[in-house]
Amino acid sequence: MIEITVNGVAHRLDVDPDMPLLWAIRDHVGLTGTKFGCGIAQCGACTVHLDGVPTRACVTRVGDVGGQAVTTIEGTGGPVAEAVRAAWRGIDVVQCGYCQSGQIMSAIGLLSQNKAPSDDEIAAAMDGNLCRCGTYQRIRTAIRDAARTLA
Amino acid sequence: MTLPSPSRRGFLVGAAAVGGALVVGTYMSLGRPGRAVAATPASGPVKPNAFIRIAPDDTVTVLVKHLEMGQGVSTGLATIVAEELDASWAQMRAAPAPADAELYANLAWGPVQGTGGSTSIANSWTQLRLASAAARAMLVAAAAEAWGVPASEIAIAAGVIRHPASGRTGGFGAFAARAAALPVPADMRPKDPAAWVHIGQPRPRLDSSAKTDGTAVYSLDVRRPGMLTAVVAHPPRFGARVRSVDETAARAVPGVVDVVRIPTGVAVLGRDTWSAMRGRDALVVTWDDARAETRSSAALAAEYRALGGRPGAVAASRGDAGAALAKAARVIEAEYDFPYLAHAAIEPLNGTIARNPDGSVEAWGAFQIPTMDQGTIASILDLTPDRVTLHTLPAGGSFGRRASTTSDWIAEAAWILKASGGGAPIHLVWTREDDMRAGHFRPMAHHRVRAGLDAAGRICGWEHRIVAKSLLMGTPFEAMLAGGVDPSTTEGVADTPYAIPDLRVEAHNAREGVPVLWWRSVGHTHTAHVMETMIDELARAAGQDPVAFRLGLLGNAPRSAAALRLAAERAGWGEPLPAGRGRGVAVHASFGSVAAMVAEVTADGPRLRVDRIVAAVDCGVAVNPDVIRAQVEGSVGFALSAVLRNRVTLADGVVQETNFDAYEPTRFREMPRVEVHIVPSGVDPTGIGEPAVPPLAPAIANAAAAATGTRMRSLPLEASARRGA
Ligand code: FES
Ligand code: FES
Repeated sequence: MIEITVNGVAHRLDVDPDMPLLWAIRDHVGLTGTKFGCGIAQCGACTVHLDGVPTRACVTRVGDVGGQAVTTIEGTGGPVAEAVRAAWRGIDVVQCGYCQSGQIMSAIGLLSQNKAPSDDEIAAAMDGNLCRCGTYQRIRTAIRDAARTLA
Repeated sequence: MTLPSPSRRGFLVGAAAVGGALVVGTYMSLGRPGRAVAATPASGPVKPNAFIRIAPDDTVTVLVKHLEMGQGVSTGLATIVAEELDASWAQMRAAPAPADAELYANLAWGPVQGTGGSTSIANSWTQLRLASAAARAMLVAAAAEAWGVPASEIAIAAGVIRHPASGRTGGFGAFAARAAALPVPADMRPKDPAAWVHIGQPRPRLDSSAKTDGTAVYSLDVRRPGMLTAVVAHPPRFGARVRSVDETAARAVPGVVDVVRIPTGVAVLGRDTWSAMRGRDALVVTWDDARAETRSSAALAAEYRALGGRPGAVAASRGDAGAALAKAARVIEAEYDFPYLAHAAIEPLNGTIARNPDGSVEAWGAFQIPTMDQGTIASILDLTPDRVTLHTLPAGGSFGRRASTTSDWIAEAAWILKASGGGAPIHLVWTREDDMRAGHFRPMAHHRVRAGLDAAGRICGWEHRIVAKSLLMGTPFEAMLAGGVDPSTTEGVADTPYAIPDLRVEAHNAREGVPVLWWRSVGHTHTAHVMETMIDELARAAGQDPVAFRLGLLGNAPRSAAALRLAAERAGWGEPLPAGRGRGVAVHASFGSVAAMVAEVTADGPRLRVDRIVAAVDCGVAVNPDVIRAQVEGSVGFALSAVLRNRVTLADGVVQETNFDAYEPTRFREMPRVEVHIVPSGVDPTGIGEPAVPPLAPAIANAAAAATGTRMRSLPLEASARRGA
């Protein structure tokens, strides 16, 4: 049995400790907002927070999570998350939307640490999140908008 | 692919009451010989081919017959309905329509329900406007009846029905049931564009909320009671078959429930995705390559080049290109090679299928040609199509891949359901590697061009030969081939809007065992690049400005000329740039629309950085200008990596690039600034999902040539630079 806390709720999962956290969340905890894109830490679709730090769930063993708090897109809240979501909706960032859980988790992670990121800092935080629909220009604008809201 | 423009008289509107809601749809007469009107309100019962459902709670739901894959079609179609109904945007909803070839046909294609060729808005435009106008008239009539006032005294604005003289007001919902009992008005006329309040405005997307809080459900998120997740061992080479399989170790993996043989490989069924993946890893399969494609892509490219040296089937011929070239003052000869490209949507292909106790089947997926997918499932499971219910979910990207003419992904789920006995629902998951190895690539292509200039610098003869595998041969769309020429190979060249008096275009259909498929903008992905880089070379050889040179050839294509002028003007064409930077232009018409682009690039040693793209597009009436801008921005982000570096190669038939490390899509840092300008137009709307892809590569290549003085003809440019070609 593996014990993990996801979005503040403790779960006891009957899974192999080698199972990536991604599949534990999607198939056993039952939250599907966290997405699968590559499985090798190349796309960021699976980004969750471990104790607030954006982490690729597809290459994180569920057995290694331990007591760290796992936050998924469904569990995001508070001023930063709300500012990010409002900015995303305000300029209609999404297209297919599939990458956007991961994009938003990375953006929340960035703005939680750095309330006024430079364009370079934004690029560094977001470069690991692929968007095949090419919404990057709007993601940059939305992060700037959210930063302004939080200032 | 041409788009018949359905006449207003081709539509008959029908209506019904369903659970207190007013449901309005249309009947189509495609106006083609041999095809009768499907039904008429007078002669048959009203089938619920609804496009619009007005519920007692005032919500207006548009049933979207096209797949939402990010292009914003649900928002666009809802805008058309909101306009004619005079609804408020807040009451608009969208839901996928069920699969029905007769009721929800793509009117640009014939009796098939599907999404592609950037046709969704164009083929729905008149249909939805008339259905909505009828719905509005019925609401007015119902309110007039209820209030005992003449219909002519009733107005609707922002979703409120009003009788100004008496001060009475009401919502749509209050009159929906009564309206459904009224006769359908016979001859509707859509609104005067001068009165539009929604069309042309940037209405927010209807799917933004769900796609930003994790609640949007994609087909990979489908969960059915008792379902098993299937992961399949596919052959490493196209066309190979299973020779033998040792399942022992796979079955020993905890969580693995079953292993079954299917025509496309060996499926491992697990209680979760991870177990099924580990089970697959533990399979020992030997493959029979007797009928497999074992050539490498380099060998195929050499064969293409050899084929390009021989005359092909004639796709276009006017004047006498050979004679004109013989007397040209100068001839430029060029060859171009294009690689296979993967669609690489971030959501890998997947689907879920289940058998009901009565033997009927339900399937969940991002169905892009649902009526074909339905037929494929039905034939595998020995059912009639009406026994297969499809639940269409939004796609996590497609770019053409989910419009597979073989329905390969959902067909595989159906084979697994059959092989496993059909007890448990099957949730088929392809990993990224499965998705990349499954082919259905943008075809490789080889072009060979000879183009001449006369002493005055005018084009004097153009011979053009294209080698590519046909997309249409062997598919249900094969009838579109003309004289052995696949128009999806030659589109963009054979129908060039440039005034080239002596033109000859030939094509060869390559035949390899690698499945190919339409990839966002199809043949235009390579034809636009060749046309627009060759035109640039000719302009420079003639000592003329590339914009002016093109405008001189676009006398019969005013929309192309206008888009080109707008892009050039907004980009500051002709203004000086610092050393090491270059500007390039391209304009291309596709899918009834036009897109022009000016690219600014910096040559940074061997690397090319794209700094800025200024685009001008003409897609007719701009139903939602913000969605149009988003599609153009997205087209740049999508296609940029294919311009710079992406290619799928085969070594002895085995795909070499299997994940995003080796086939890396455009990243955040690489995204140029994209400025989008829309040419104002009153012409019926055409598509914008694809037309902004074709001009990107040539605009960048032309800018790179301007920056470096070196012309790279083949794509991707980084490979071309390494080869020095
Ligand atoms: S699925 Fe984890 S980074 Fe792509
Ligand atoms: S919105 Fe489609 S992949 Fe990002």
